[in-house]
Amino acid sequence: MSAMSQPPPLPHPEAEWRAHLAAGRFMLQRSRASGAFVFYPRIAQPGTGAQDLEWVPACGEGRIHAATLVRRRNPAESYNVVLVDLAEGPRLMSRVDGIAADAVTIGMPVKARIIEEEGQPLLVFVPA
Amino acid sequence: MSGHRGFARGGSAIVGAATFGIGACPGLAPVDMAARAALMALADAGMALGEVDALYTSAPHEALGGLELAEYLGLAPRVTDCNRTGGSAFEVYVQQAALALEAGLIDCALIAYGANPASNPPPAVGMTRQSPWEAPYRPLAPISSYALAASRHMHLYGTTRAQLAEVAVAARQWARLNPEAALRDPLTIEDVLAARMVSDPLGVRDCCLFNDGAAAIVMVRAERARDCARRPVAVLGAAHAVTHREISSMPDLTVTGAAISGPQAFAQAGVGPGDIDVAMLYDAFTITPILFLEDLGFCPKGEGGRFVAGGHVAPGGGLALNTNGGGLSCVHPGMYGLFLLVEAVRQLRGEAGARQVPDAELAIAHGNGGVLSSAATVILARG
Repeated sequence: MSAMSQPPPLPHPEAEWRAHLAAGRFMLQRSRASGAFVFYPRIAQPGTGAQDLEWVPACGEGRIHAATLVRRRNPAESYNVVLVDLAEGPRLMSRVDGIAADAVTIGMPVKARIIEEEGQPLLVFVPA
Repeated sequence: MSGHRGFARGGSAIVGAATFGIGACPGLAPVDMAARAALMALADAGMALGEVDALYTSAPHEALGGLELAEYLGLAPRVTDCNRTGGSAFEVYVQQAALALEAGLIDCALIAYGANPASNPPPAVGMTRQSPWEAPYRPLAPISSYALAASRHMHLYGTTRAQLAEVAVAARQWARLNPEAALRDPLTIEDVLAARMVSDPLGVRDCCLFNDGAAAIVMVRAERARDCARRPVAVLGAAHAVTHREISSMPDLTVTGAAISGPQAFAQAGVGPGDIDVAMLYDAFTITPILFLEDLGFCPKGEGGRFVAGGHVAPGGGLALNTNGGGLSCVHPGMYGLFLLVEAVRQLRGEAGARQVPDAELAIAHGNGGVLSSAATVILARG
């Protein structure tokens, strides 16, 4: 088979998501048929297998679903790790910045922010 | 009954069981330990190595561990498995071995495992990849995942850290009756609450051990079991459910796959939680038995914390839970599921010494894998 006849490679969903993030956009996948949102990004909707996923901007709003404080011995600082329920439905792991690490509470409204950490764009949340 | 879903109640039995090297087992490789436990379990059953025609193992650092142990023991099994459903793998093996025995595909299943992470620290690069969706936030693996589930349970149901501590204290009280258990010093609720916090709401005493240990069991069909050296332990039911891989994809942080595997295994067995004399429920962290008690039907959803309070699951309490001392105080070499089965067998044979549950007839062994990701339930009965 010649190179010309090969289909173009599918973009890797994770790479595509990170490219959006690097450009300052927090995007989610959504099934055209069902309208349901998908996170983390993949090649098909979990459960249905629908391959009609399109990228749409996330509104950036969410609420804390669960939270833990990871303890570090001095002088390292303890930090929070949370699960956020996005307004669109999916849940994801993240961190809440802009507040004392131990002040994060379940149910707290938060909004998304893209920061740079260790040279990479990173999705975090701040109190809404 | 539709609940049977193809499983033959009591069609197979566990006829040999052994542990080896619990606590500290320096100088050996994991495969040496698994082989030693395997030979001990076969001797316990009064069976010869050459009778084994199915091998089930989960090597700690060797992806091809099933092939490795077959070669080591000089076996050419009809069935070899090295599944990766985490600590629940061994309850899954009971299910798979029972089905293969029932089908006539195999005649004798050996399930064996050994690991010595305390004496022989695991390689820095493991067999699982870090989740790109979680690792950037630096959760401690796996404790922060369980801490997130615990935080949600506390938020929804008012579960307290003191109730979590009850699980650790009860486990320690059982361990103090078990000469094999690694931790046998007294432990109080206050000790657990005052221990160093690791990932809130879990402190260091809410976490299982990471020590050495090996175990093995032998399974045959019920008719063959009658000719074995020891009183057989019948496999009444076995079911498995997978709900996710990473905690951020868990459908409901307070409902585990035990809510699926438990009712299925109980339906196969034709018994319910109220009939159980000994409950061996994987205690990777203090929150896990609380979730499993609820999901398996020992108490309503949300009541697990109150269920374990007041010493209810300690020696002399209402339910004998994790009578060997559990992963919290006896042994947890990374995958603990096989030790649950061995302790259930010992209780049902009446061999548990000072910790023996009087007249134990029915036991449940519930395995957990990943981060509450895989749930496998086995119901066993005195033969």
